[in-house]
Amino acid sequence: MDIVQLIVSGLANGCVYGLIALGFVLIYKATEAVNFAQGDFMMLGAFITLGFTNADHMDLPFWLSVTMAIAIMGVLGYLLDFLVLRRMFGQSQVAVVILTIALGFVIRFIAGAIWGHEPQSLESPISGIELRFGGIVLGMDEVWIIIITLVLTGLLYLFFARAKLGIAMQASSQNQLAAYYMGIPVKRIHSMIWALSGIVATIAGILFASKGSIDPSAGLLGIKAFAAAVIGGFGSLPGALLGGLIVGLVEPFAARYMPAGYSQIFPYLILIVMLVVRPHGILSQIQTKKV
Amino acid sequence: MSADAHTPLLKVDNLESFYGPIMAIRGVSLEVHQGQIVTVLGANGAGKTTLLKTISGVMDPEKGTVALKGDEIQGSAPDAIVRKGVVQVPEGREIFPILSVEDNLKMGAFTRSDRAEIAADMQLVYEYFPILKERRTQEAGTLSGGQQQMLAIGRGLMAKPNIMLLDEPSLGLSPLLVKEIFTIIRRLNEEQNVTMMLVEQNAKVALDVAHYGYVMELGRIVMGGEAEKLQKSKDIQEFYLGAQQDSQRGQRRWKQRKTWR
Repeated sequence: MDIVQLIVSGLANGCVYGLIALGFVLIYKATEAVNFAQGDFMMLGAFITLGFTNADHMDLPFWLSVTMAIAIMGVLGYLLDFLVLRRMFGQSQVAVVILTIALGFVIRFIAGAIWGHEPQSLESPISGIELRFGGIVLGMDEVWIIIITLVLTGLLYLFFARAKLGIAMQASSQNQLAAYYMGIPVKRIHSMIWALSGIVATIAGILFASKGSIDPSAGLLGIKAFAAAVIGGFGSLPGALLGGLIVGLVEPFAARYMPAGYSQIFPYLILIVMLVVRPHGILSQIQTKKV
Repeated sequence: MSADAHTPLLKVDNLESFYGPIMAIRGVSLEVHQGQIVTVLGANGAGKTTLLKTISGVMDPEKGTVALKGDEIQGSAPDAIVRKGVVQVPEGREIFPILSVEDNLKMGAFTRSDRAEIAADMQLVYEYFPILKERRTQEAGTLSGGQQQMLAIGRGLMAKPNIMLLDEPSLGLSPLLVKEIFTIIRRLNEEQNVTMMLVEQNAKVALDVAHYGYVMELGRIVMGGEAEKLQKSKDIQEFYLGAQQDSQRGQRRWKQRKTWR
């Protein structure tokens, strides 16, 4: 019985990590930049929703707030690329990394200034309800997180496999020069990918904040998600989710069966083992060019 | 040769492009008329690829004009130039390796939205390259080099171009495959009336299919003429077709001079 509960709560956590990791990988694949502010995007998305819907803030209907938060974060992601990152084009990777780290700090302090540094929880229709099956008690929020993540993953899969824009996004990440030759507006596509990863981060944030409380430093979760992305194979979308699930599943079991304090080490331990044994991650897409 | 020979489909005038401080093409002028295959020959580093990149908008010229049916297009964004009907088939294939063959072809038609016609054009590409139809669900990266070149040409056709810029389609292919690819290039030109600008190092095959040819050296056009004339030119035979002339002493002179130097 214990095990089922541990698995479900692990999977739910893993889904959130996986969605943040997905944001990392989306941007990395398309633009070869790592957005270290991805975790802070997640936090900001959650706080925008919280600011709209919570009773002590604006008290708007939940679904309206979610829609507006998603729209705002999409636009923010787009503008960030359009106004800032596009100007960094051709600069070294390090410059972009430092820029996004700094951006993360800025987002963190802005969120703190607006909504305060105290942990708050999102008043969402899925939080705080328990489901009982015989002896098993599951949080409604955890079940919903898993379902929503599955649906979102399915939608993203269909988008990348079927939609012309999705295929074009893949194409421009696989071969940027060829995408230019085919008349794909690569720069606009990059901005759209930033928008998409802002949206995915917002959904992750809403799920995370429904499950417990969130404060402006929650963005540091991004580091764990980054580890998840590397474990899954940086550059593979299914890999990002898989890595997230692995990290999510390991945590509750480590917390349950290991001495207190050691459980937090496990995600990084897996990361190190993975880097030694299989440096490209579990689901890596390595392509060599034929001449 | 086309009837409206006076308004060239593509007219490049005095084009200059730089890589940083290095001038890669130094005032190139040439014309391509509707329905023609025009080849640009030259050794490595002559500036052939730079010329194509500048026409297709991937590089911006410092000086000079590129006119398509009289409209100047130099300096536009690459996607705008593709929309105007100039598509480049890049050197070394440059396909999308993890997309399926069919998705690669779909990306060729990215700038178009006429679904029925796109489907018809895809059938046309499959007619010319039956192997692509056979492999249409396969990831393009798993194709052989020759098949990838076919895919790159097919993808270019999907844009329904007014003019196709082919950058060394013979690169890295066996003589047999080169022959096959060039047969298809000639068929596309004759049957579908595709105008092409063909950049090549393999002068023999290029002059065989082309109507008109230019020779490029160190960023300049040094010679131009009908393909048959070029084939007969002594310099071309000596330097690009590998013919050996006997000198008076019965030996090959190792320091032969070109007439344009």
